[in-house]
Amino acid sequence: MKGLGAALLGLGLWQGAVWALDMPGFILPGPGRVAQTLWQSRALLAEHALVTASEVLLGLGLGAFLGWLSALGLTWSPRAAGLVRPLLVFSQAVPVFALAPVFTLWFGYGLGSKVAVALLIIYFPVTSAFYDALAATPAHWVTQARIMGAGPGRILWCVRMPAALPGLLSGLRLAAVYAPIGAIIGEWVGASRGLGYLMLLANGRAKTDLMFAAILVVAALAIGLHRAMDALARAVEARRLACANPAPD
Amino acid sequence: MNRALPRAAGRAVAAPPGLGFSGRVLAGGRVLLGPVEIRAEAGRWTCLLGPSGVGKSTLLHCFSGLSEGLCLDGAVTADDGRPLPGRIALMAQSDGLLPWLSLIDNVTLGARLRAQPRARDRARALLDRVGLGGLAGRKPHALSGGQRQRAALARTLYEDRPVVLLDEPFSALDVANRARMQDLAAAQLSGRTVLHVTHDPAEAARLGERIAILTARGVEWIEAGGGAAPRAPDRAEVLEMTGRLTRRLLEAA
Repeated sequence: MKGLGAALLGLGLWQGAVWALDMPGFILPGPGRVAQTLWQSRALLAEHALVTASEVLLGLGLGAFLGWLSALGLTWSPRAAGLVRPLLVFSQAVPVFALAPVFTLWFGYGLGSKVAVALLIIYFPVTSAFYDALAATPAHWVTQARIMGAGPGRILWCVRMPAALPGLLSGLRLAAVYAPIGAIIGEWVGASRGLGYLMLLANGRAKTDLMFAAILVVAALAIGLHRAMDALARAVEARRLACANPAPD
Repeated sequence: MNRALPRAAGRAVAAPPGLGFSGRVLAGGRVLLGPVEIRAEAGRWTCLLGPSGVGKSTLLHCFSGLSEGLCLDGAVTADDGRPLPGRIALMAQSDGLLPWLSLIDNVTLGARLRAQPRARDRARALLDRVGLGGLAGRKPHALSGGQRQRAALARTLYEDRPVVLLDEPFSALDVANRARMQDLAAAQLSGRTVLHVTHDPAEAARLGERIAILTARGVEWIEAGGGAAPRAPDRAEVLEMTGRLTRRLLEAA
């Protein structure tokens, strides 16, 4: 209900601005006009949304997997962590916008380069959140496992990893918000399909209402993804602490 | 209370070694323990009393593995000359239960960490014995502090090690449960080398075969009387020993 209120407020402000500024439709279309375009161009929007969604999901999946793997690797070898962490920070300091054209050069005009941008943009938050959580495992759990006779691999797998699960989940929540941004950037730089491409195309032809419609679809995609990830994270966290009910025997 | 529990399958408990410590423990130039010399005799129950901050827990950690930042200036020995790792179980002050594991999985955690088959029947029997048989599927956050401590005791007993280090193992228990758990621990751990840190003179008087009072000035040893442990809490010798230990602790403070 809160969400509905906020949406109505946003629409009201938008319509108010249209009336107050009295702009022509090709500069600032009103919500009614955009809604109409949204409906009329639904097949076009859906086609491009599907492309963007698959880029986002692939980037998210690969980035999450690589982030997970990297955090485990860095925890496994502190020496590697000392070498690689500065590189990670450096990779994050380079603007993605600057790298996107290079990715187009390397991975082509199609899906690959967009997945790469989405992956790059979420890799650091996932790695960083999971790595920090792994490092923050209470020392006495680790000590206890060592006394019980566990080797470093078992400690990482049976103690640190489950202990750091909430950290990984918060990294994934962030990733769900960032990944669509990555895919759109990739499409802006060079693409023949996808919502980012459609936005540029519509803008170039002064079809501002279509551009706005595409923005709305991107926003809906990002919010939906964030919601889904949030629900997944909650379910995992609830399961983690749920008791068998009724207790066996 | 002395029903035999099924042992860990296929292995007898190795002959327990005696433990020796001499020297000091430092943390960044500050002395946490000692200089002192302490022995826990093989196969006997040694209680360690003393004011807070004198280094009792640190002493236990010397045998189980010091945490980072602590520095041992001295020697830790097992009197059979073999290394201690793999032969020790530690029940630390914090229960150390992993919040994402059910009680039964916490009890069998050691087996999982060693990639051994888990003896769930034995774990279940131990949970029964600590009075948590009906809660085997619960997770630690759904338990009281006393219940958690009893689960940690079950986990320590499950380890079935010849050397057992106990750090205030019964501190969170009510009087009746404390007496019951003392009886259980005494029965299960008899014949092993036990080093038991406690703040409770009555507990030391019930369980200890040898009792050490550790103070900043050094160690004072007291041979416990009153027969085999666990001794009845209302026995004259136990009451007398409780009083004597309390007086010593008062004088040491």
